[in-house]
Amino acid sequence: MRLQYATNIRIVEMTCSGNIDHRVILNAFEEGADGVFVAGCMEGDCHFLKGNIRARKRVNAVKKLLDEIGIGGDRLEMYNLSSAQGGRFAEIANDITAKIKDLGPNPLFKNSSCCGCSCSKEGGDQ
Amino acid sequence: MIIAQQKQIKEIAAMVSDCKKVALIGCAGCVTVCLSGGEKETEIMAAALRIMRKLEGNPVETITFTATRQCDPEYVEALDGVVKDADAIISLACGVGVQYLAERFDKWVVPALDTNFIGGSKVHGVWEEKCGMCGDCVLHKTGGICPIIRCSKSILNGPCGGSQYGKCEISKDVDCAWQLIYDRMKSLGKLDKLMAIQPPKDWTKSRDGGPRRAVREDVMIG
Amino acid sequence: MSYLSKLQRILDSGQFAVTAEIGPPKHASAHGVRHHAEMLVNHVDATNITDCQTAIVRMSSIAAGVHILDCGIEPIVQMTCRDRNRIAMQSDLLGAYSLGMRNVLCLSGDHQKFGNHPSSKNVYDVDSMQLIQLLARMRDEKKFFSGEEFKDHEPKFYIGAVANPFADPFEFRVDRLEKKVEAGAQFIQTQCIFDMERFERFMEMVRERGIDQRTHILAGITPLKGWRAAKYLQTGVSGMLVPDSLVERLKGAQDPKREGIEVAIEQINYIREKVKGVHGVHVMAIAWEEVVPEIVERTGLFPRPKFED
Repeated sequence: MRLQYATNIRIVEMTCSGNIDHRVILNAFEEGADGVFVAGCMEGDCHFLKGNIRARKRVNAVKKLLDEIGIGGDRLEMYNLSSAQGGRFAEIANDITAKIKDLGPNPLFKNSSCCGCSCSKEGGDQ
Repeated sequence: MIIAQQKQIKEIAAMVSDCKKVALIGCAGCVTVCLSGGEKETEIMAAALRIMRKLEGNPVETITFTATRQCDPEYVEALDGVVKDADAIISLACGVGVQYLAERFDKWVVPALDTNFIGGSKVHGVWEEKCGMCGDCVLHKTGGICPIIRCSKSILNGPCGGSQYGKCEISKDVDCAWQLIYDRMKSLGKLDKLMAIQPPKDWTKSRDGGPRRAVREDVMIG
Repeated sequence: MSYLSKLQRILDSGQFAVTAEIGPPKHASAHGVRHHAEMLVNHVDATNITDCQTAIVRMSSIAAGVHILDCGIEPIVQMTCRDRNRIAMQSDLLGAYSLGMRNVLCLSGDHQKFGNHPSSKNVYDVDSMQLIQLLARMRDEKKFFSGEEFKDHEPKFYIGAVANPFADPFEFRVDRLEKKVEAGAQFIQTQCIFDMERFERFMEMVRERGIDQRTHILAGITPLKGWRAAKYLQTGVSGMLVPDSLVERLKGAQDPKREGIEVAIEQINYIREKVKGVHGVHVMAIAWEEVVPEIVERTGLFPRPKFED
């Protein structure tokens, strides 16, 4: 499969979605990400039994925090899909990209021409 | 252990709104175990604060460090270099830690946590109050259940008339401590002990005697 | 200032006592209190003056007691452990005695969570059991709560306490009553009785232990204005037992208020005839004081005993 999906997505690999903590997500926003999409395994299919269920709880907590600090919790979403669902991954990636585009750029970098830091925001809208 | 919970991030941010460089100091003691002020929480709070302040157009620089314990001069002195350039310190320790930092450093020191109670965990993520720190333990008279803190009226000769179906009158979610005491004494075959009228408590051993101090001369150095 | 409590004289002489309850107002005028006192003056032996019941700020029990005394009724000062430490309790009670009050009822008090100042701090320096014991010692051994001796003029209160046969654990309710009697409670007023069967079981245990021989138990009676009041007590107040049959009876009544009065009268008659060991009734007509005279008259408890001195 050589599926196309939005090129401005940068993938950060984790051993398990359950390993994601608040810091990783906050760091992504501080470094310039406009949105974060957490991809966990299908519920019931976690190699570590409950990693993806815990990840969702944590994602919800970070969404709340993002609301409180002004980034907006809707810039963060979690989806469950298996590694065999390449098509579904591309679909979600495109949906998320469209949604985040609607929300506009990361408010931390609203006034700067680029993301304002050293991180790469490859692709962009080209 | 001491159970504490974080204040709202907005409340904490308001305490240091005029500071440009802030040191957030976590504590590796109780508040790490109750997940409110350990290394992880300290870093999350620093990131949240930086983001908020940048969005406000008033960026702040943060320094994070987690002390072994904030309630011990030995570990607090070790923070000298860490907080040197900060114009404020946010302590993620219990109220004890905040005061140790304030005593040590001639800087604006603020609390990030509300210190709630001393207790333990029921399940991961749930903590319960167990001890009222009255300074004069009565657990041997009450089957190992503290009436001072677990009865909402601290009654020593309970239960009051508001106990029903095992619950306290204040809420159906709160167990009546005296029902628990009764059940426990019954199962131990010691109900007769509950017939003794417990005398009024000597509160001088509690907070009412003024700030308390414990001294062990045998372990003092020098 | 050395006269005895009238309530004590009635109970100790073996007569069936009648007490009622007056709730002080949520303002600074004594008009309502006096009005209620005048209404009850010939029909009761004494009235309780509640102490910020359900933790709602009201005129103080002792101040309202002065007005009631002035209207010719003997007050029973309620003293909760919620709002005062042992210093304030003694100070207030010394004052109450100097103003002519002779009866005090010791109770824990409702938690402040229920009142209009839920963010206040509660005290509970002593509990109701300890308060009873300390007041008895003050009278009998002339000692302050601390143990320090009175030089003279120690107050000699007639000491009352409450018992709730409807709270849990039921088996311990009689034990706790006995503890209160041991502590020095000379009269006991019970929580409102709606579940007569449970009250009878409670009294049976009381009689088995002879507690009724060592104190005077007054049965708590509350006339209900309608089924909603019954339902509220059934579901909204911890430590109350209201049988469904009573709710249904009030629901089915053509005139619920009259029915409520009839129920109260039946309860009093039943207790007097069938339940041994009860030495009086305590009528708590909550915000409905005007029905007390009728209830007293129709249960044959009128006129009340008079003392000449």
